[in-house]
Amino acid sequence: MSFWLLWTIIPPFFEWSVLNSIFTADSRKECWDQMSTPGVGACWAFINDRVSLFTYGFYPKPLRWRVDLSFVLLVLAVVPILYEKLPYRKYGLLYSAVFPFIAGWLLIGGLGLEPVSTDQFGGIMLTLILGITGITFSLPIGIALALGRLSNMPTLRMLCVLFIEFIRGVPLITLLFVASTMLNYFFPPGTVYALLTRVLIILTLFGSAYMAEVIRGGLQAISKGQHEAGDSLGLTYWQAQRLIMLPQALKISIPGIVNTFIGFYKDTTLVLIIGMMDLLGLGYSSLGDIKWAGLANEVYLTVALFYFICCFSMSRYSLYLEKKLHTGH
Amino acid sequence: MNSPSVTESRPNLLIRLWRNKEYRSVFFQILTMVIVFAILGMIVSNVATNLKTIGKDFSFGFLDSPAGYDITFQPFIPFSPTDTHLRAAVVGVLNTLFVAVSGVIIASILGFTMGILRLSNNWLISRIVYVFLEFTRNVPVLLHILFVHSIFLYVFPVPKRAISISDTFFFSNRGILIPSPVFGDGFGYVWIVLLIAIAIVAVFVSWAHKIQDKTGKIYPVFKISLAILICLPLFTFFVSGAHLSWEIPVLKGFNFKGGTSIKPEYIALTFALSYYTSCFIAEIVRGGILAISRGQTEAAHALGLRPNRTLQLVVIPQALRVIIPPLASQYLNLTKNSSLAIAIGYMDVVATIGGISLMQTGKEMETMIIVLLTYLFFSLIISGFMNWFNRRMALVER
Repeated sequence: MSFWLLWTIIPPFFEWSVLNSIFTADSRKECWDQMSTPGVGACWAFINDRVSLFTYGFYPKPLRWRVDLSFVLLVLAVVPILYEKLPYRKYGLLYSAVFPFIAGWLLIGGLGLEPVSTDQFGGIMLTLILGITGITFSLPIGIALALGRLSNMPTLRMLCVLFIEFIRGVPLITLLFVASTMLNYFFPPGTVYALLTRVLIILTLFGSAYMAEVIRGGLQAISKGQHEAGDSLGLTYWQAQRLIMLPQALKISIPGIVNTFIGFYKDTTLVLIIGMMDLLGLGYSSLGDIKWAGLANEVYLTVALFYFICCFSMSRYSLYLEKKLHTGH
Repeated sequence: MNSPSVTESRPNLLIRLWRNKEYRSVFFQILTMVIVFAILGMIVSNVATNLKTIGKDFSFGFLDSPAGYDITFQPFIPFSPTDTHLRAAVVGVLNTLFVAVSGVIIASILGFTMGILRLSNNWLISRIVYVFLEFTRNVPVLLHILFVHSIFLYVFPVPKRAISISDTFFFSNRGILIPSPVFGDGFGYVWIVLLIAIAIVAVFVSWAHKIQDKTGKIYPVFKISLAILICLPLFTFFVSGAHLSWEIPVLKGFNFKGGTSIKPEYIALTFALSYYTSCFIAEIVRGGILAISRGQTEAAHALGLRPNRTLQLVVIPQALRVIIPPLASQYLNLTKNSSLAIAIGYMDVVATIGGISLMQTGKEMETMIIVLLTYLFFSLIISGFMNWFNRRMALVER
């Protein structure tokens, strides 16, 4: 039966996507004219036509080198995080921590660079901005929340529990609606923040609540004796957390943290609903183009492939870490 | 704590209080409360001034005014544009619950099946399931929803050329049409008898358990219950001469008349959410079954239990203990993800009160508060129920 299943799925898909597909055309009509029967193959020409839009969004064409530079810097920032044996890894990690600010300056401009409105951000670039900013800032806030939830002080603990359970209890899309409709009322009169800023604030809070739960799990998995040993050595609370608890807790919870990252990265697509043009948003709105109408499968497959590559590699990395940590015992 | 130089004069009261752990903790708590209330107060005053400057007030009075829009999907209570916003919110909540409940059921069935198939000894089957799981899990759920919806829109034919199965079921891009039952006179008896049959089955099951505990005799409980449930109502149906007819959908003009139409938005949303969530459930089920040590199965075999009894009495009850907590959070995720309905125009609570009502009345704060509270309520109920269930299933330790 499984052979039959494979036989019915794979050859037709292969024919559609590779054998009968068209890579160069200027519209759907031209594309289908090149086929024996319209729609028998994939029209990748559409994607070909939109590649730069999907990558940069509406970023001004002459300034796109800044986006390219940010991509290169991003790759350089990821390297020290992934490879533990890199020489001078300390400085590399420092650079990785500073990278979001450098990239922000490069992309938004100011301080000697021509400013670009954040409304023009889009595509893969926007997806990466949302994902990376959220991940970078949600980790420290998450750690703080987790420590607060486990602290001895009842009011502090209650506040953290309330915050975490509230964020985890409502869907992200309603929080994004809050960002797009009512968050501006929260700020002092006269200040108006760009939609991107508001969305980033909400995404960071959202991510940090989930992160806090993962880290709390890690902290609780460490035996009480560790903390008591720290106390008996005369360490203060912060010294004990920084030198004894957190290094162990974070190490245990790395797989969980990576999984939270993956979920978070996938959830950034929801910004499409409040009108931001991330990769999926651009793909979705391109379907309305009359010249190329009716090519939903090609677009969705491309976007799906992008997310699959990102998330699958992250999940493989987390599995690898899990295995590596496991042999330590 | 004491330094060797005790001889120096005692520090003043404030410093001594600062060095005492309890007092310091009280001080920090008061400080956090002050900061939190200061921030909250600032936000409230900002909101008040901001609302005043644009001339809005904060009240829930708009809930009583007519909504002025139609809701395309209203299977439970009727809704027309003259009804109030409050009713629109209720229709939205019911639609959310409808998707959530049907999604949870389908996702559980699919998830358990795939989880077991993944452990199959057949290499090819377990590989196919694995590839499907990995691909589905690593793609955003919103993309799945849009994709399934687009299949409906672009692949299924218009109503005029709908695919039909013996002219009773129709598939078109306006949805799936099925015949709807029309209950005639006297059908009430059948419902009453059905309720009685359920009661009889409940009594029978507990009786059979008691007999098994006492004597070890095992009755075919499932088959007998099923027979009671089906035969009794059917018997009354024929004896009482009740009427039951089916209204079959007919093509009139550009669309169908009659029958029950299942909207493509509902199908796309439920289907996409279920298969997306079922992938996570499959992994949980697989992990749960693997967590049961082989010794348990071997012990059951040694006691002479047949393989299906082993699975039913030994493996699954223990696996459930591992499976249930993560399963609960997946159900919660599915419920929360059902809010993505708005992307394809399914009228759930976010789309009605948080979408169109918001646009029409301009009451951002009030509508968002209603939506947030609704979801918080659901989340609390589900997690409360799951905690209760978990406590019941938990291992009783010494």
